[in-house]
Amino acid sequence: MAHQILEANQGAHDLVLLGIPTRGVPLAHRLATVMDQVEGVRVPVGALDVTMYRDDLRRQPTRAVGRTDLPVEVEGRTVVLVDDVLYSGRTVRAALDALGDLGRPRAVRLAVLVDRGHRELPVHADHVGSYVPTRPGEHVSVRLAELDGINRVTIEPGNGPERGEV
Amino acid sequence: MTDLLIRGADLVGGGRSDLLIRDGRFVDPRDADGDVDQLDADGLVALPGLVDLHTHLREPGREDAETVDSGTMAAARGGFTAVLAMANTDPVTDTAEAAAYVASLGARDGHADVVPVGAVSKGLAGVELAELGLMARSSAGVRVFSDDGHCIADARLMRRALEYVRAFDGVIAQHAQDPKLAGAGACCHEGVISGKLGLPGWPAAAEAAVVARDVQIAELTRSRLHICHVSCAETVDVIRWAKQRGINVTAEVAPHHLMLTTSEVVGYDPTYKVNPPLRPDEHVEAVREALADGTIDAVATDHAPHARHDKEHAFADAAFGMLGLETALAVVLETMINSGRMGWPELVKRMSIMPAHIARLAGQGRALGAGEPANVVLVDPAARAVVERDASASLSRNNPWHGRELPDPVVATIWAGRITYQKER
Amino acid sequence: MRHLLSAADLDRDQITEILDLAEEMSLVQGRPVKKLPALRGRTVVNLFFEDSTRTRSSFEIAGKWLSADVINISAKGSSVSKGESLRDTVLTVAAMGVDALVIRHYASGAPWQASRWIDAHVLNAGDGTHEHPTQALLDAFTIRRHLRRSVADQSSFEGKTVAIVGDITHSRVARSNVLLLNTMGAEVILVAPPTLLPSGIDSWPVLVCTDFDQVLARADIVMMLRVQRERMSGGYFPTPREYTIGYGLTRPRLAAMKPGAAICHPGPMNRGLEISADAADAANSLILDQVAAGVSVRMSVLYELLGGAE
Repeated sequence: MAHQILEANQGAHDLVLLGIPTRGVPLAHRLATVMDQVEGVRVPVGALDVTMYRDDLRRQPTRAVGRTDLPVEVEGRTVVLVDDVLYSGRTVRAALDALGDLGRPRAVRLAVLVDRGHRELPVHADHVGSYVPTRPGEHVSVRLAELDGINRVTIEPGNGPERGEV
Repeated sequence: MTDLLIRGADLVGGGRSDLLIRDGRFVDPRDADGDVDQLDADGLVALPGLVDLHTHLREPGREDAETVDSGTMAAARGGFTAVLAMANTDPVTDTAEAAAYVASLGARDGHADVVPVGAVSKGLAGVELAELGLMARSSAGVRVFSDDGHCIADARLMRRALEYVRAFDGVIAQHAQDPKLAGAGACCHEGVISGKLGLPGWPAAAEAAVVARDVQIAELTRSRLHICHVSCAETVDVIRWAKQRGINVTAEVAPHHLMLTTSEVVGYDPTYKVNPPLRPDEHVEAVREALADGTIDAVATDHAPHARHDKEHAFADAAFGMLGLETALAVVLETMINSGRMGWPELVKRMSIMPAHIARLAGQGRALGAGEPANVVLVDPAARAVVERDASASLSRNNPWHGRELPDPVVATIWAGRITYQKER
Repeated sequence: MRHLLSAADLDRDQITEILDLAEEMSLVQGRPVKKLPALRGRTVVNLFFEDSTRTRSSFEIAGKWLSADVINISAKGSSVSKGESLRDTVLTVAAMGVDALVIRHYASGAPWQASRWIDAHVLNAGDGTHEHPTQALLDAFTIRRHLRRSVADQSSFEGKTVAIVGDITHSRVARSNVLLLNTMGAEVILVAPPTLLPSGIDSWPVLVCTDFDQVLARADIVMMLRVQRERMSGGYFPTPREYTIGYGLTRPRLAAMKPGAAICHPGPMNRGLEISADAADAANSLILDQVAAGVSVRMSVLYELLGGAE
C-alpha cells in the first residue's frame, strides 16, 4: 500500500498521513515507516478524530472523543486518510467534513486495510489492502500488534464462531 | 336550633359519657327530649375545642392566600374552635378600629372564634408603641399583643410594652430573632447544612439570646411574657430556668418543630422554609421533652398560608411559613401521644386549656360539662390517612405534610353548639 | 448525564473524561474554522439572574463553537420584585423549546429547583454561595496541565496539596473545588480568618488553617479567592490592610511558596487586596490559563450533556 500511495503521488512531497482513530492511527504510522524505508523521507503522520462529525451522534449515548493530532497544516497538501475497515462509508464522509474545517487540502485520498463492501454513500478507497466480501450482519475485526498484541483480521457473524481468518 | 346529643364519647379523664348540647351550651344529658339530632361517638375521644394562639388569617390584605372564612374552615377541620389572628395583616392590626374590623370579619365569616392579636408597635416597625390600651378596650377585647414576623429588638420598647399591658392583664408575645444575629435573609438553621448549601444561617443563639433578655425584663416588670414558636434547645433551657425563678413566662411550639428537621431543606424546597427554621434532631428532641413536661405550655400552629407565586421562588427569595391548622392535632398525636411522651390530659392542657388561659378566652378550654359553652372536638385516635394538600380547606397549598401518612383524628368539630366540621364516614 | 448541578455529581472517571475531552476541544481555538458540528440544531439558553460577562460569554462561545444555537436571557433584578416567580420564569423559557438551560442565579439552590420543573438539561453556572461546577472543572484542567508540565506524564492529583485562601463562607468556587479536588484525590487546606469560615466546616473533607504562612510550604497549588470589600460592612474583618497582611498573597508569601508550586484565582482579582500585583503576574501564575480553559471545559460539558441521544 505504501508503494501505491507513493506512486500515485509521484513521491512523498506534500503528503500527510492522517489515521482515523482508533486503529487507523497505528496503520498510518506503519505506512509512514515503510515510506521512510523506501524513499528515505519522513512523511508527517497524525490522527483525525471524526466523532463530532458522525451523522449518528444523536442516536446513541454521548460518544467518547478520540485524539486529533495534526503534525502539519493540511492546507495545500495531499492528505491520505487511513482507516482499518471501509464499510458504509459514513466514517469517511465524517472525516471529509472534519478535514474541511481544518483547511483546504489540495487532494484527499483514502487508504484502508480492508474494504468489506456494502457502501451506503458514494465513497471509494484509493488504496486497499484487501477486498473481503462480507454479509451485512457480519463483523470484521481488525487486531493490530500495537494495540491488541497480535496482527489478525477476522470475520465474525453477529453471534457465533469466526468464519475464518483472512 | 335542635338539640345535639353526642352518644358515648370518651371524655378525657371522665370516662364514657353522653353530651347534650342546647342553645350553644352543654346541658345535663338526661334532659334529652325526643326531638334531638344524634351523633354516635362510640370509640371517639371528646376534647374541649382546640385553641390556636398563633394563626395568620391574611385578611385584610392577602385574600388570595387566605380569608377568615377559609382559614377558620381549616381551623374547624383541625378541631379548633378558636384562633388568635396575628396582626401582620395589611393594614396591620395596630388600632382599635383595625382590631374591631378583624373581629367583625370573624363574627360574619368565621367557623370558629376569631380573636385578633394586636401589634405591639405601630406598623410592626419596632419603634413606637401601638395603641395597646385602645385595642384592649375595643369590642375585640385584645389581650395578646405581638409583632410576630418581626422581633421586638429594642429592649426599652419591650420593657414599656410589658409594663403597659399589666394594666389590663395583657401579654406580650415575642417572636424571638435577634436581627443582628439572624437578619431578614437568614433562612436555614446555622450548622452543617447551611454551610454546605450556601444558605444564610439562623443560629439558635439568635432566638435564645432574645428570650434570655426578655425573661429578665419580664422579671423586672412583673409582667406576662409569652414566647412564640420555640424552636431550639437553648431557648427551652432559658425558659426552664426562668420558670424556676418564678418569672411569668409562657411558651408555645409549632407542630412542624415537633417533627420536621433541617435536613428537609437539603433539596431547596421552599415548602420547608419557615421562621424560625427547622432545626436538627437534638432540638426537635428538646422541644418535645419541653412540651411533655410543661416547660412549653402550648402548641400553636403558626399557620402561614402563602399563594403559590410567593413560594415558587429561589429558596432565599421565597416567603416563610407553612400551613398547620388542619394537621396540628395529627402531628401532636403522632409525636407526643403515640410515642408515649404524653397522655390525652396533657394534650388537652397544651392545645386547649393553656392557650385559652394565656389568651384570657373565658369561653374556651373549659370542661365538657353542663353549663359550659359547647366547644368540643370528637377524635378517633386510631384513624390514619395520607395527607393530600389539594384537599385542604385553606386557599393555599404550602403544606409540608403532603404525601405523609399521619393520624387523621378529627371526626367532628362543634363550635358554640354548631357542627363546623364533620368527616364523611 | 442529565444535569450538571454540583461538582459532586461527577466521579473520578467522569471528571477525567471531561478534562480529556476539553484537551481536544482546546484545539478548536487554533483552527481556521472554529466549529464542530456536534450540537447542531440544539438550543442552549443562558439564563442569568446575576451579571457575569465572563462566564456568560464563555458559555456562549462554547455553545457556538459546537454549532448550537445560543440565546442569552438576562433575568437580572430580583424576580420577586418583578412579580414573576422563579418557576414562571423558568417554565416560560423552557416552553420555547430549549434543550439546555445554563443557569446562573444569585440564590443558592435555584438550579436544583429549576431541574424539578422542566425536562431540559440544566447546567449550574453558579448558584448563590453554593456551587460553580464548571469553574472547578476548569481549575482542575488548568492544574492538571500544570502538573504535566512540571513532571512529564504526571497528571495525578494524589498526594498534591491545594490551599484555597479567602472568603470561603461566601464562595461557590471554594465549595465546588473542595468537592472536585477531593474526588480527584488531592488534599485540600482551607485558609481564612475564622469569620469567613462556613458553619459546620468540621464535617468537610478538608484541613482548616487560620494561618496562611503555615500552609505555604506545603501547598502545590495556592488558589486565592476574591474577597469582596462589601464584606467589610458585615464586619467580617476590620480593614482591607489587615486582611492583606494576614491573608493576602503578598510578595514575601510569593517568595515563600514551595518550588514548583503555582497560583490560581477564579477572577476577577482585587490586585493589592487578596493578591499582590507581583503574584498575579508571576511566572507561576496560572490565572490566564484558567481563563483560556473556560471555553474548552464548557464545550466539553455541553457535549457530554447534549452530544448524544436524549
